[in-house]
Amino acid sequence: MEQILSFIGNNITYIYLIGLMIFVGIELISHVPSVLHTPLMSGANAIHGVVLIGAIIVLGKADASDYFSLVVGFVGVFVGTLNVIGGFVVTDRMLEMFKKKPKGGNK
Amino acid sequence: MQHLLEICYLIGSFGFIIGLKLMGQPDSARKGNLIAAFGMAVAVFATLFLSKTGGFQVIGNIGYILAAIALGTVVGALMAKRVQMTAMPEMVSIFNGMGGLAAALISIIEWRDIEHKIKESDVAEMVAVLGLPEGFSIVPLAHYLPIIAGLIIGAISFVGSIIAWGKLNGKIGDFRFAGQQFINAIVLIAIIAAAYMNYHHVNTLEAGTNIWFYVTMGLAIIYGLLFVFPIGGADMPVVISLLNSFTGVAAACGGFLYDNNVMLMGGVLVGSAGTILTVVMCKAMNRSLTNVLIGMAGSNSSSGGAAVSGNVREVQATDVAVMMKYASKVIIVPGYGLAVAQAQHVCHELENLLADEGVDVKYAIHPVAGRMPGHMNVLLAESNVEYDKLIEMEHINSEFPTTDVVLVVGANDVVNPAAKTDPTSPIYGMPILDVDQAKQIVVLKRSMKSGYAGIENALFFDPKCGMLFGDAKDSLQKLVNEVKAL
Repeated sequence: MEQILSFIGNNITYIYLIGLMIFVGIELISHVPSVLHTPLMSGANAIHGVVLIGAIIVLGKADASDYFSLVVGFVGVFVGTLNVIGGFVVTDRMLEMFKKKPKGGNK
Repeated sequence: MQHLLEICYLIGSFGFIIGLKLMGQPDSARKGNLIAAFGMAVAVFATLFLSKTGGFQVIGNIGYILAAIALGTVVGALMAKRVQMTAMPEMVSIFNGMGGLAAALISIIEWRDIEHKIKESDVAEMVAVLGLPEGFSIVPLAHYLPIIAGLIIGAISFVGSIIAWGKLNGKIGDFRFAGQQFINAIVLIAIIAAAYMNYHHVNTLEAGTNIWFYVTMGLAIIYGLLFVFPIGGADMPVVISLLNSFTGVAAACGGFLYDNNVMLMGGVLVGSAGTILTVVMCKAMNRSLTNVLIGMAGSNSSSGGAAVSGNVREVQATDVAVMMKYASKVIIVPGYGLAVAQAQHVCHELENLLADEGVDVKYAIHPVAGRMPGHMNVLLAESNVEYDKLIEMEHINSEFPTTDVVLVVGANDVVNPAAKTDPTSPIYGMPILDVDQAKQIVVLKRSMKSGYAGIENALFFDPKCGMLFGDAKDSLQKLVNEVKAL
Protein backbone atom coordinates (compact mmCIF):
# COMPACT_ATOMS: atom_id res chain seq x y z
CA MET A 1 0.00 0.00 0.00
CA GLU A 2 2.75 2.40 1.01
CA GLN A 3 4.62 1.50 -2.15
CA ILE A 4 1.61 2.39 -4.28
CA LEU A 5 1.09 5.69 -2.47
CA SER A 6 4.71 6.72 -2.84
CA PHE A 7 4.58 5.62 -6.47
CA ILE A 8 1.64 7.95 -7.05
CA GLY A 9 3.28 10.74 -5.08
CA ASN A 10 6.52 10.49 -7.02
CA ASN A 11 4.82 10.51 -10.39
CA ILE A 12 1.98 12.90 -9.78
CA THR A 13 2.87 15.14 -12.73
CA TYR A 14 2.75 12.16 -15.05
CA ILE A 15 -0.56 11.07 -13.69
CA TYR A 16 -2.00 14.54 -14.30
CA LEU A 17 -0.55 14.53 -17.78
CA ILE A 18 -1.92 11.09 -18.63
CA GLY A 19 -5.34 11.94 -17.25
CA LEU A 20 -5.56 15.16 -19.20
CA MET A 21 -4.35 13.55 -22.40
CA ILE A 22 -7.01 10.86 -22.10
CA PHE A 23 -9.68 13.55 -21.90
CA VAL A 24 -8.15 15.43 -24.83
CA GLY A 25 -8.13 12.25 -26.90
CA ILE A 26 -11.77 11.52 -26.13
CA GLU A 27 -12.84 15.09 -26.84
CA LEU A 28 -10.99 15.20 -30.14
CA ILE A 29 -12.58 12.08 -31.54
CA SER A 30 -16.09 12.05 -30.14
CA HIS A 31 -17.81 14.22 -32.74
CA VAL A 32 -16.12 13.20 -35.94
CA PRO A 33 -18.21 12.27 -39.02
CA SER A 34 -17.89 8.59 -39.85
CA VAL A 35 -16.36 9.33 -43.25
CA LEU A 36 -13.24 10.47 -41.47
CA HIS A 37 -12.85 7.43 -39.26
CA THR A 38 -10.44 5.66 -41.56
CA PRO A 39 -8.08 8.60 -42.14
CA LEU A 40 -8.26 9.43 -38.46
CA MET A 41 -7.32 5.90 -37.48
CA SER A 42 -4.48 6.05 -39.96
CA GLY A 43 -3.35 9.43 -38.62
CA ALA A 44 -3.42 8.20 -35.03
CA ASN A 45 -1.51 5.17 -36.25
CA ALA A 46 1.24 7.44 -37.56
CA ILE A 47 1.36 9.40 -34.30
CA HIS A 48 2.06 6.36 -32.16
CA GLY A 49 5.09 5.93 -34.38
CA VAL A 50 6.60 8.31 -31.83
CA VAL A 51 7.82 5.05 -30.31
CA LEU A 52 10.60 5.57 -32.86
CA ILE A 53 12.18 8.00 -30.39
CA GLY A 54 12.44 5.19 -27.85
CA ALA A 55 14.10 2.99 -30.44
CA ILE A 56 16.56 5.78 -31.25
CA ILE A 57 17.43 6.16 -27.58
CA VAL A 58 17.92 2.44 -27.14
CA LEU A 59 20.11 2.08 -30.22
CA GLY A 60 21.90 5.31 -29.34
CA LYS A 61 23.11 4.01 -26.01
CA ALA A 62 23.99 0.51 -27.18
CA ASP A 63 27.61 -0.44 -26.67
CA ALA A 64 29.54 -0.67 -29.93
CA SER A 65 30.53 -4.26 -29.12
CA ASP A 66 27.06 -5.38 -28.08
CA TYR A 67 25.89 -6.84 -31.35
CA PHE A 68 22.58 -8.10 -30.01
CA SER A 69 21.49 -4.62 -28.96
CA LEU A 70 22.84 -3.08 -32.13
CA VAL A 71 20.94 -5.46 -34.38
CA VAL A 72 17.70 -5.44 -32.41
CA GLY A 73 17.94 -1.66 -31.99
CA PHE A 74 18.55 -1.22 -35.69
CA VAL A 75 15.46 -3.27 -36.48
CA GLY A 76 13.55 -1.23 -33.90
CA VAL A 77 14.50 2.08 -35.49
CA PHE A 78 13.74 0.67 -38.93
CA VAL A 79 10.25 -0.57 -38.09
CA GLY A 80 9.56 2.57 -36.05
CA THR A 81 10.41 4.69 -39.08
CA LEU A 82 8.18 2.48 -41.22
CA ASN A 83 5.33 3.22 -38.83
CA VAL A 84 5.93 6.99 -38.92
CA ILE A 85 6.63 7.52 -42.60
CA GLY A 86 4.20 4.91 -43.88
CA GLY A 87 1.49 6.13 -41.53
CA PHE A 88 1.72 9.77 -42.50
CA VAL A 89 2.07 9.08 -46.23
CA VAL A 90 -0.92 6.72 -46.32
CA THR A 91 -3.01 9.23 -44.37
CA ASP A 92 -1.99 12.00 -46.71
CA ARG A 93 -2.95 9.88 -49.71
CA MET A 94 -6.38 9.22 -48.23
CA LEU A 95 -6.97 12.85 -47.35
CA GLU A 96 -5.66 14.13 -50.66
CA MET A 97 -8.78 12.63 -52.18
CA PHE A 98 -11.06 14.54 -49.89
CA LYS A 99 -9.40 17.76 -50.90
CA LYS A 100 -9.87 17.89 -54.65
CA LYS A 101 -13.38 19.27 -54.64
CA PRO A 102 -13.52 21.60 -51.67
CA LYS A 103 -17.15 22.53 -52.20
CA GLY A 104 -19.92 20.93 -50.23
CA GLY A 105 -18.27 20.53 -46.91
CA ASN A 106 -19.05 18.03 -44.26
CA LYS A 107 -22.19 15.98 -44.62
CA MET B 1 20.68 22.14 -24.89
CA GLN B 2 18.43 20.12 -22.62
CA HIS B 3 15.97 22.99 -22.55
CA LEU B 4 15.94 23.22 -26.29
CA LEU B 5 15.18 19.49 -26.46
CA GLU B 6 12.27 19.91 -24.08
CA ILE B 7 10.93 22.81 -26.14
CA CYS B 8 11.13 20.68 -29.27
CA TYR B 9 9.22 17.93 -27.48
CA LEU B 10 6.62 20.50 -26.50
CA ILE B 11 6.27 21.53 -30.15
CA GLY B 12 5.97 17.87 -31.09
CA SER B 13 3.25 17.18 -28.54
CA PHE B 14 1.25 20.25 -29.53
CA GLY B 15 1.64 19.24 -33.15
CA PHE B 16 0.01 15.89 -32.37
CA ILE B 17 -2.92 17.45 -30.52
CA ILE B 18 -3.58 20.19 -33.07
CA GLY B 19 -3.04 17.76 -35.93
CA LEU B 20 -5.54 15.27 -34.55
CA LYS B 21 -8.02 18.05 -33.91
CA LEU B 22 -7.81 19.33 -37.50
CA MET B 23 -8.06 15.78 -38.83
CA GLY B 24 -11.55 15.65 -37.38
CA GLN B 25 -12.95 18.00 -40.05
CA PRO B 26 -12.94 17.21 -43.76
CA ASP B 27 -11.77 20.65 -44.82
CA SER B 28 -8.73 20.81 -42.60
CA ALA B 29 -7.93 17.11 -42.35
CA ARG B 30 -4.97 17.13 -44.69
CA LYS B 31 -3.42 20.12 -43.01
CA GLY B 32 -3.89 18.37 -39.68
CA ASN B 33 -1.95 15.36 -40.89
CA LEU B 34 0.88 17.58 -42.06
CA ILE B 35 1.01 19.40 -38.74
CA ALA B 36 1.20 16.09 -36.86
CA ALA B 37 3.96 14.95 -39.22
CA PHE B 38 5.81 18.21 -38.63
CA GLY B 39 5.54 17.70 -34.87
CA MET B 40 6.95 14.21 -35.30
CA ALA B 41 9.87 15.46 -37.41
CA VAL B 42 10.77 18.12 -34.83
CA ALA B 43 10.66 15.58 -32.00
CA VAL B 44 12.73 12.96 -33.86
CA PHE B 45 15.43 15.35 -35.04
CA ALA B 46 15.64 16.96 -31.62
CA THR B 47 16.20 13.51 -30.11
CA LEU B 48 18.95 12.80 -32.62
CA PHE B 49 20.89 16.02 -32.32
CA LEU B 50 19.99 17.72 -29.05
CA SER B 51 20.15 14.86 -26.55
CA LYS B 52 23.15 16.00 -24.59
CA THR B 53 23.74 15.99 -20.89
CA GLY B 54 26.81 17.68 -19.46
CA GLY B 55 28.41 17.99 -22.85
CA PHE B 56 28.14 14.29 -23.65
CA GLN B 57 26.34 13.14 -26.73
CA VAL B 58 23.89 10.64 -25.31
CA ILE B 59 22.85 9.31 -28.67
CA GLY B 60 25.71 7.27 -30.07
CA ASN B 61 25.78 4.97 -33.06
CA ILE B 62 24.41 7.89 -35.01
CA GLY B 63 25.53 6.30 -38.27
CA TYR B 64 23.49 3.18 -37.65
CA ILE B 65 20.51 5.21 -36.54
CA LEU B 66 20.53 7.41 -39.61
CA ALA B 67 20.96 4.36 -41.83
CA ALA B 68 17.97 2.64 -40.21
CA ILE B 69 15.88 5.79 -40.53
CA ALA B 70 16.87 6.25 -44.17
CA LEU B 71 16.04 2.64 -44.94
CA GLY B 72 12.73 2.87 -43.09
CA THR B 73 11.85 6.11 -44.86
CA VAL B 74 12.47 4.69 -48.32
CA VAL B 75 10.69 1.39 -47.68
CA GLY B 76 7.81 3.01 -45.80
CA ALA B 77 7.24 5.71 -48.41
CA LEU B 78 7.38 3.18 -51.25
CA MET B 79 4.94 0.84 -49.53
CA ALA B 80 2.56 3.69 -48.74
CA LYS B 81 2.78 5.21 -52.22
CA ARG B 82 2.40 1.98 -54.13
CA VAL B 83 -0.50 0.49 -52.22
CA GLN B 84 -3.83 0.36 -54.02
CA MET B 85 -6.65 2.33 -52.45
CA THR B 86 -8.51 -0.93 -51.81
CA ALA B 87 -5.60 -2.34 -49.82
CA MET B 88 -5.33 0.73 -47.59
CA PRO B 89 -6.77 -0.98 -44.48
CA GLU B 90 -4.20 -3.76 -44.73
CA MET B 91 -1.45 -1.21 -45.01
CA VAL B 92 -2.59 0.64 -41.89
CA SER B 93 -2.63 -2.67 -40.07
CA ILE B 94 0.95 -3.47 -41.11
CA PHE B 95 2.25 -0.07 -40.04
CA ASN B 96 0.46 -0.45 -36.74
CA GLY B 97 2.13 -3.81 -36.23
CA MET B 98 5.52 -2.22 -36.90
CA GLY B 99 4.94 0.28 -34.11
CA GLY B 100 4.04 -2.53 -31.74
CA LEU B 101 7.16 -4.44 -32.78
CA ALA B 102 9.34 -1.41 -32.13
CA ALA B 103 7.89 -1.08 -28.62
CA ALA B 104 8.48 -4.77 -27.88
CA LEU B 105 12.07 -4.62 -29.18
CA ILE B 106 12.83 -1.63 -26.96
CA SER B 107 11.65 -3.62 -23.95
CA ILE B 108 13.75 -6.64 -24.93
CA ILE B 109 16.94 -4.57 -25.09
CA GLU B 110 16.17 -2.71 -21.89
CA TRP B 111 15.53 -5.94 -20.05
CA ARG B 112 18.74 -7.51 -21.31
CA ASP B 113 20.60 -4.40 -20.11
CA ILE B 114 19.17 -4.80 -16.64
CA GLU B 115 20.18 -8.45 -16.45
CA HIS B 116 23.68 -7.61 -17.65
CA LYS B 117 24.09 -4.89 -15.10
CA ILE B 118 23.00 -7.16 -12.29
CA LYS B 119 25.37 -9.89 -13.44
CA GLU B 120 28.32 -7.55 -13.75
CA SER B 121 27.80 -5.75 -10.49
CA ASP B 122 28.49 -7.34 -7.14
CA VAL B 123 24.96 -6.69 -6.00
CA ALA B 124 24.33 -10.40 -5.67
CA GLU B 125 27.27 -10.97 -3.31
CA MET B 126 26.43 -7.93 -1.25
CA VAL B 127 22.87 -9.05 -0.79
CA ALA B 128 24.04 -12.56 0.01
CA VAL B 129 26.11 -11.17 2.86
CA LEU B 130 23.99 -8.32 4.09
CA GLY B 131 20.52 -9.33 3.08
CA LEU B 132 18.17 -7.11 1.13
CA PRO B 133 17.55 -3.80 2.92
CA GLU B 134 13.96 -3.07 3.82
CA GLY B 135 12.02 -1.32 1.07
CA PHE B 136 14.83 -1.63 -1.44
CA SER B 137 14.26 -3.13 -4.87
CA ILE B 138 16.97 -4.06 -7.31
CA VAL B 139 14.65 -3.24 -10.17
CA PRO B 140 12.08 -0.72 -8.91
CA LEU B 141 8.49 -1.32 -9.90
CA ALA B 142 8.31 2.08 -11.60
CA HIS B 143 11.10 0.96 -13.90
CA TYR B 144 9.91 -2.59 -14.36
CA LEU B 145 6.28 -1.87 -15.20
CA PRO B 146 6.84 0.20 -18.34
CA ILE B 147 9.35 -2.34 -19.66
CA ILE B 148 7.14 -5.36 -19.17
CA ALA B 149 3.95 -3.56 -20.23
CA GLY B 150 5.67 -2.27 -23.36
CA LEU B 151 6.74 -5.83 -24.14
CA ILE B 152 3.34 -7.40 -23.57
CA ILE B 153 1.22 -4.76 -25.30
CA GLY B 154 3.72 -4.29 -28.12
CA ALA B 155 3.88 -8.02 -28.80
CA ILE B 156 0.09 -8.43 -28.76
CA SER B 157 -0.29 -5.46 -31.08
CA PHE B 158 2.37 -6.73 -33.47
CA VAL B 159 1.06 -10.28 -33.75
CA GLY B 160 -2.56 -9.14 -33.79
CA SER B 161 -1.93 -6.64 -36.56
CA ILE B 162 -0.19 -9.21 -38.72
CA ILE B 163 -3.14 -11.60 -38.32
CA ALA B 164 -5.56 -8.75 -39.07
CA TRP B 165 -3.55 -7.98 -42.20
CA GLY B 166 -3.73 -11.61 -43.28
CA LYS B 167 -7.48 -11.70 -42.69
CA LEU B 168 -8.12 -8.52 -44.65
CA ASN B 169 -6.37 -9.79 -47.73
CA GLY B 170 -7.93 -13.20 -47.34
CA LYS B 171 -4.74 -15.13 -46.56
CA ILE B 172 -5.99 -16.16 -43.13
CA GLY B 173 -9.44 -17.49 -42.42
CA ASP B 174 -11.46 -17.44 -39.24
CA PHE B 175 -10.44 -19.94 -36.65
CA ARG B 176 -12.28 -20.67 -33.47
CA PHE B 177 -12.88 -23.50 -31.10
CA ALA B 178 -15.14 -24.15 -28.15
CA GLY B 179 -14.18 -22.40 -24.96
CA GLN B 180 -11.92 -19.97 -26.72
CA GLN B 181 -12.94 -17.07 -24.51
CA PHE B 182 -12.11 -19.12 -21.47
CA ILE B 183 -8.68 -20.02 -22.81
CA ASN B 184 -8.01 -16.39 -23.76
CA ALA B 185 -8.77 -15.35 -20.20
CA ILE B 186 -6.42 -18.03 -18.87
CA VAL B 187 -3.63 -16.91 -21.18
CA LEU B 188 -4.14 -13.33 -20.05
CA ILE B 189 -3.86 -14.36 -16.41
CA ALA B 190 -0.79 -16.44 -17.24
CA ILE B 191 0.85 -13.39 -18.83
CA ILE B 192 0.37 -11.38 -15.67
CA ALA B 193 1.58 -14.29 -13.53
CA ALA B 194 4.70 -14.74 -15.66
CA ALA B 195 5.40 -11.01 -15.54
CA TYR B 196 5.15 -11.17 -11.76
CA MET B 197 7.41 -14.23 -11.57
CA ASN B 198 9.97 -12.34 -13.59
CA TYR B 199 9.83 -9.39 -11.22
CA HIS B 200 10.06 -11.66 -8.23
CA HIS B 201 12.97 -13.61 -9.68
CA VAL B 202 15.09 -10.61 -10.42
CA ASN B 203 14.39 -8.84 -7.16
CA THR B 204 15.10 -11.81 -4.93
CA LEU B 205 18.22 -12.63 -6.95
CA GLU B 206 17.20 -16.25 -7.25
CA ALA B 207 19.84 -18.54 -8.61
CA GLY B 208 19.53 -19.99 -12.06
CA THR B 209 18.67 -18.43 -15.36
CA ASN B 210 15.53 -16.38 -15.49
CA ILE B 211 13.31 -17.56 -18.28
CA TRP B 212 10.24 -15.69 -17.10
CA PHE B 213 10.80 -12.65 -19.27
CA TYR B 214 10.75 -14.82 -22.37
CA VAL B 215 7.82 -16.83 -21.07
CA THR B 216 5.92 -13.56 -20.73
CA MET B 217 6.85 -12.64 -24.29
CA GLY B 218 5.79 -16.04 -25.65
CA LEU B 219 2.45 -15.88 -23.87
CA ALA B 220 1.83 -12.37 -25.18
CA ILE B 221 2.44 -13.62 -28.72
CA ILE B 222 0.02 -16.49 -28.17
CA TYR B 223 -2.54 -14.08 -26.80
CA GLY B 224 -2.16 -11.86 -29.86
CA LEU B 225 -2.94 -14.86 -32.06
CA LEU B 226 -5.90 -16.08 -30.01
CA PHE B 227 -7.29 -12.59 -29.68
CA VAL B 228 -7.64 -11.85 -33.39
CA PHE B 229 -8.12 -15.34 -34.87
CA PRO B 230 -11.81 -15.79 -34.03
CA ILE B 231 -12.91 -12.32 -35.13
CA GLY B 232 -14.61 -12.18 -38.50
CA GLY B 233 -12.88 -10.40 -41.36
CA ALA B 234 -15.69 -7.88 -41.61
CA ASP B 235 -14.92 -6.71 -38.09
CA MET B 236 -11.24 -6.20 -38.76
CA PRO B 237 -11.47 -2.37 -38.89
CA VAL B 238 -12.66 -2.37 -35.30
CA VAL B 239 -9.85 -4.71 -34.32
CA ILE B 240 -7.23 -2.61 -36.09
CA SER B 241 -8.54 0.47 -34.36
CA LEU B 242 -8.29 -1.30 -31.02
CA LEU B 243 -4.78 -2.59 -31.72
CA ASN B 244 -3.93 0.94 -32.80
CA SER B 245 -4.77 2.20 -29.35
CA PHE B 246 -2.77 -0.71 -27.84
CA THR B 247 0.31 0.43 -29.71
CA GLY B 248 -0.34 3.93 -28.41
CA VAL B 249 -0.25 2.62 -24.86
CA ALA B 250 2.93 0.66 -25.63
CA ALA B 251 4.54 3.87 -26.90
CA ALA B 252 3.42 5.67 -23.76
CA CYS B 253 5.20 2.98 -21.70
CA GLY B 254 8.40 3.95 -23.50
CA GLY B 255 7.74 7.56 -22.59
CA PHE B 256 7.46 6.59 -18.96
CA LEU B 257 10.64 4.55 -19.12
CA TYR B 258 12.77 7.31 -20.62
CA ASP B 259 11.06 10.27 -18.95
CA ASN B 260 10.27 11.32 -22.46
CA ASN B 261 7.29 13.65 -22.61
CA VAL B 262 6.59 13.55 -26.32
CA MET B 263 6.42 9.75 -26.32
CA LEU B 264 4.18 9.82 -23.31
CA MET B 265 1.85 12.47 -24.73
CA GLY B 266 1.67 10.96 -28.21
CA GLY B 267 1.19 7.46 -26.85
CA VAL B 268 -1.54 8.34 -24.37
CA LEU B 269 -3.28 10.53 -26.93
CA VAL B 270 -3.45 7.70 -29.45
CA GLY B 271 -4.36 5.26 -26.71
CA SER B 272 -7.43 7.22 -25.69
CA ALA B 273 -8.36 8.50 -29.15
CA GLY B 274 -8.01 4.98 -30.54
CA THR B 275 -10.20 3.50 -27.85
CA ILE B 276 -12.95 6.03 -28.34
CA LEU B 277 -12.69 5.63 -32.13
CA THR B 278 -13.16 1.89 -31.66
CA VAL B 279 -16.29 2.49 -29.62
CA VAL B 280 -17.66 4.98 -32.16
CA MET B 281 -17.08 2.47 -34.98
CA CYS B 282 -18.88 -0.24 -33.05
CA LYS B 283 -21.80 2.13 -32.54
CA ALA B 284 -21.95 2.78 -36.26
CA MET B 285 -22.50 -0.96 -36.73
CA ASN B 286 -24.93 -1.13 -33.82
CA ARG B 287 -22.74 -3.67 -32.10
CA SER B 288 -21.07 -3.67 -28.75
CA LEU B 289 -17.33 -4.03 -28.49
CA THR B 290 -17.62 -7.28 -26.53
CA ASN B 291 -19.89 -8.62 -29.22
CA VAL B 292 -17.24 -7.88 -31.85
CA LEU B 293 -14.41 -9.31 -29.78
CA ILE B 294 -16.18 -12.55 -29.07
CA GLY B 295 -16.49 -12.89 -32.80
CA MET B 296 -20.23 -13.14 -33.18
CA ALA B 297 -21.12 -11.86 -36.60
CA GLY B 298 -19.22 -12.77 -39.68
CA SER B 299 -18.82 -16.16 -38.14
CA ASN B 300 -20.20 -18.84 -40.37
CA SER B 301 -23.06 -19.41 -42.69
CA SER B 302 -24.87 -21.91 -40.51
CA SER B 303 -24.95 -19.64 -37.50
CA GLY B 304 -28.34 -18.23 -38.14
CA GLY B 305 -30.71 -16.56 -40.48
CA ALA B 306 -33.74 -18.13 -42.01
CA ALA B 307 -33.22 -19.76 -45.37
CA VAL B 308 -34.47 -17.62 -48.21
CA SER B 309 -35.87 -19.05 -51.36
CA GLY B 310 -37.62 -17.84 -54.43
CA ASN B 311 -36.75 -16.84 -57.91
CA VAL B 312 -33.98 -14.52 -58.82
CA ARG B 313 -34.65 -12.29 -61.78
CA GLU B 314 -31.65 -11.73 -64.00
CA VAL B 315 -31.60 -8.54 -66.05
CA GLN B 316 -29.57 -7.31 -69.01
CA ALA B 317 -27.45 -4.18 -69.15
CA THR B 318 -29.61 -2.75 -71.93
CA ASP B 319 -32.75 -2.85 -69.82
CA VAL B 320 -31.01 -1.34 -66.85
CA ALA B 321 -29.59 1.44 -69.02
CA VAL B 322 -33.04 2.32 -70.30
CA MET B 323 -34.47 2.20 -66.80
CA MET B 324 -31.87 4.57 -65.45
CA LYS B 325 -31.80 6.98 -68.33
CA TYR B 326 -35.51 7.68 -68.07
CA ALA B 327 -35.55 7.73 -64.28
CA SER B 328 -35.76 11.00 -62.44
CA LYS B 329 -33.83 9.86 -59.41
CA VAL B 330 -31.12 7.21 -59.11
CA ILE B 331 -29.23 6.25 -55.97
CA ILE B 332 -26.03 4.25 -56.19
CA VAL B 333 -25.12 2.05 -53.23
CA PRO B 334 -21.43 1.20 -53.39
CA GLY B 335 -19.90 -1.70 -51.49
CA TYR B 336 -16.74 -3.73 -51.29
CA GLY B 337 -17.38 -5.16 -54.76
CA LEU B 338 -16.84 -1.67 -56.18
CA ALA B 339 -13.52 -1.47 -54.38
CA VAL B 340 -12.15 -4.84 -55.47
CA ALA B 341 -13.17 -4.25 -59.07
CA GLN B 342 -11.56 -0.78 -58.97
CA ALA B 343 -14.78 0.44 -60.53
CA GLN B 344 -14.91 3.89 -58.91
CA HIS B 345 -13.88 5.76 -62.06
CA VAL B 346 -16.36 4.11 -64.39
CA CYS B 347 -18.98 4.54 -61.69
CA HIS B 348 -18.33 8.27 -61.71
CA GLU B 349 -18.53 8.24 -65.51
CA LEU B 350 -21.96 6.63 -65.35
CA GLU B 351 -23.03 9.17 -62.75
CA ASN B 352 -21.95 12.04 -65.03
CA LEU B 353 -23.71 10.55 -68.06
CA LEU B 354 -26.94 10.21 -66.13
CA ALA B 355 -26.60 13.67 -64.64
CA ASP B 356 -26.23 15.06 -68.16
CA GLU B 357 -29.55 13.42 -68.99
CA GLY B 358 -31.11 15.32 -66.13
CA VAL B 359 -31.24 12.41 -63.71
CA ASP B 360 -30.72 13.20 -60.05
CA VAL B 361 -27.88 10.86 -59.01
CA LYS B 362 -26.71 10.38 -55.44
CA TYR B 363 -24.59 7.89 -53.56
CA ALA B 364 -25.82 6.22 -50.39
CA ILE B 365 -22.94 5.56 -48.03
CA HIS B 366 -23.41 2.99 -45.33
CA PRO B 367 -21.05 3.63 -42.40
CA VAL B 368 -19.43 0.23 -42.71
CA ALA B 369 -19.64 -0.31 -46.46
CA GLY B 370 -16.36 -1.70 -47.70
CA ARG B 371 -13.78 -2.86 -45.26
CA MET B 372 -13.46 0.30 -43.20
CA PRO B 373 -15.66 3.19 -42.23
CA GLY B 374 -15.18 5.87 -44.82
CA HIS B 375 -13.71 3.38 -47.29
CA MET B 376 -16.30 4.26 -49.94
CA ASN B 377 -15.86 7.99 -49.45
CA VAL B 378 -12.14 7.72 -49.99
CA LEU B 379 -12.59 5.53 -53.02
CA LEU B 380 -15.22 7.70 -54.72
CA ALA B 381 -13.39 10.89 -53.85
CA GLU B 382 -10.44 9.40 -55.70
CA SER B 383 -12.47 9.44 -58.90
CA ASN B 384 -13.58 13.04 -58.26
CA VAL B 385 -17.12 12.30 -57.18
CA GLU B 386 -18.36 15.44 -55.50
CA TYR B 387 -18.35 15.33 -51.78
CA ASP B 388 -21.94 16.51 -51.37
CA LYS B 389 -23.26 13.67 -53.52
CA LEU B 390 -22.11 11.15 -50.95
CA ILE B 391 -24.99 10.96 -48.52
CA GLU B 392 -24.74 9.18 -45.21
CA MET B 393 -27.24 6.55 -44.24
CA GLU B 394 -29.29 8.60 -41.77
CA HIS B 395 -29.95 11.25 -44.39
CA ILE B 396 -30.57 9.11 -47.44
CA ASN B 397 -32.88 6.51 -45.97
CA SER B 398 -35.87 8.85 -46.17
CA GLU B 399 -35.22 9.36 -49.89
CA PHE B 400 -35.53 5.75 -51.03
CA PRO B 401 -39.36 5.76 -51.36
CA THR B 402 -39.10 8.56 -53.93
CA THR B 403 -36.28 6.90 -55.83
CA ASP B 404 -36.86 5.27 -59.20
CA VAL B 405 -33.80 3.08 -59.46
CA VAL B 406 -31.33 1.95 -56.83
CA LEU B 407 -28.11 0.58 -58.25
CA VAL B 408 -26.37 -1.65 -55.70
CA VAL B 409 -22.75 -2.04 -56.75
CA GLY B 410 -21.08 -4.90 -54.94
CA ALA B 411 -22.76 -4.29 -51.60
CA ASN B 412 -24.63 -7.03 -49.81
CA ASP B 413 -24.94 -7.13 -46.04
CA VAL B 414 -25.56 -3.38 -45.74
CA VAL B 415 -28.77 -3.73 -47.79
CA ASN B 416 -29.95 -7.01 -46.32
CA PRO B 417 -33.50 -6.61 -44.95
CA ALA B 418 -32.86 -9.52 -42.58
CA ALA B 419 -31.15 -7.00 -40.32
CA LYS B 420 -34.61 -5.60 -39.68
CA THR B 421 -36.93 -8.54 -40.04
CA ASP B 422 -35.12 -11.66 -38.89
CA PRO B 423 -34.11 -11.77 -35.21
CA THR B 424 -32.15 -14.99 -35.78
CA SER B 425 -29.90 -13.37 -38.33
CA PRO B 426 -26.35 -12.63 -37.19
CA ILE B 427 -26.65 -9.10 -38.52
CA TYR B 428 -30.00 -8.46 -36.86
CA GLY B 429 -30.10 -4.95 -35.43
CA MET B 430 -27.50 -3.49 -37.72
CA PRO B 431 -28.87 -0.34 -39.38
CA ILE B 432 -29.19 -0.84 -43.12
CA LEU B 433 -29.97 1.17 -46.22
CA ASP B 434 -33.67 0.76 -46.95
CA VAL B 435 -33.22 0.13 -50.66
CA ASP B 436 -36.27 -2.17 -50.77
CA GLN B 437 -38.49 0.91 -50.58
CA ALA B 438 -37.33 2.14 -53.97
CA LYS B 439 -39.40 1.45 -57.09
CA GLN B 440 -36.73 -0.62 -58.80
CA ILE B 441 -33.56 -2.21 -57.53
CA VAL B 442 -30.68 -3.44 -59.64
CA VAL B 443 -27.90 -5.39 -57.99
CA LEU B 444 -24.52 -5.69 -59.67
CA LYS B 445 -22.87 -8.79 -58.31
CA ARG B 446 -20.44 -11.39 -59.46
CA SER B 447 -22.52 -14.36 -58.36
CA MET B 448 -25.15 -15.38 -55.85
CA LYS B 449 -22.44 -15.95 -53.27
CA SER B 450 -23.29 -14.50 -49.89
CA GLY B 451 -21.59 -11.46 -48.46
CA TYR B 452 -19.08 -11.10 -45.70
CA ALA B 453 -21.49 -12.10 -42.99
CA GLY B 454 -22.10 -15.31 -44.89
CA ILE B 455 -25.86 -15.06 -45.00
CA GLU B 456 -28.50 -15.10 -47.69
CA ASN B 457 -30.01 -11.82 -48.77
CA ALA B 458 -33.78 -11.77 -49.21
CA LEU B 459 -33.48 -8.56 -51.20
CA PHE B 460 -32.24 -10.50 -54.24
CA PHE B 461 -35.48 -12.46 -54.29
CA ASP B 462 -37.63 -9.34 -54.12
CA PRO B 463 -39.79 -9.08 -57.27
CA LYS B 464 -38.65 -5.46 -57.69
CA CYS B 465 -35.04 -6.52 -57.73
CA GLY B 466 -33.06 -7.47 -60.82
CA MET B 467 -29.62 -9.02 -60.80
CA LEU B 468 -26.93 -8.01 -63.26
CA PHE B 469 -24.20 -10.61 -62.86
CA GLY B 470 -20.57 -9.90 -63.58
CA ASP B 471 -17.57 -7.99 -62.36
CA ALA B 472 -18.65 -4.56 -61.10
CA LYS B 473 -16.30 -2.72 -63.42
CA ASP B 474 -17.36 -4.65 -66.52
CA SER B 475 -21.03 -4.29 -65.70
CA LEU B 476 -20.73 -0.56 -65.10
CA GLN B 477 -18.76 -0.19 -68.33
CA LYS B 478 -21.54 -2.00 -70.17
CA LEU B 479 -24.09 0.33 -68.60
CA VAL B 480 -22.03 3.36 -69.63
CA ASN B 481 -21.87 2.09 -73.20
CA GLU B 482 -25.56 1.34 -73.29
CA VAL B 483 -26.55 4.71 -71.89
CA LYS B 484 -24.32 6.39 -74.45
CA ALA B 485 -25.80 4.32 -77.26
CA LEU B 486 -29.41 5.14 -76.37
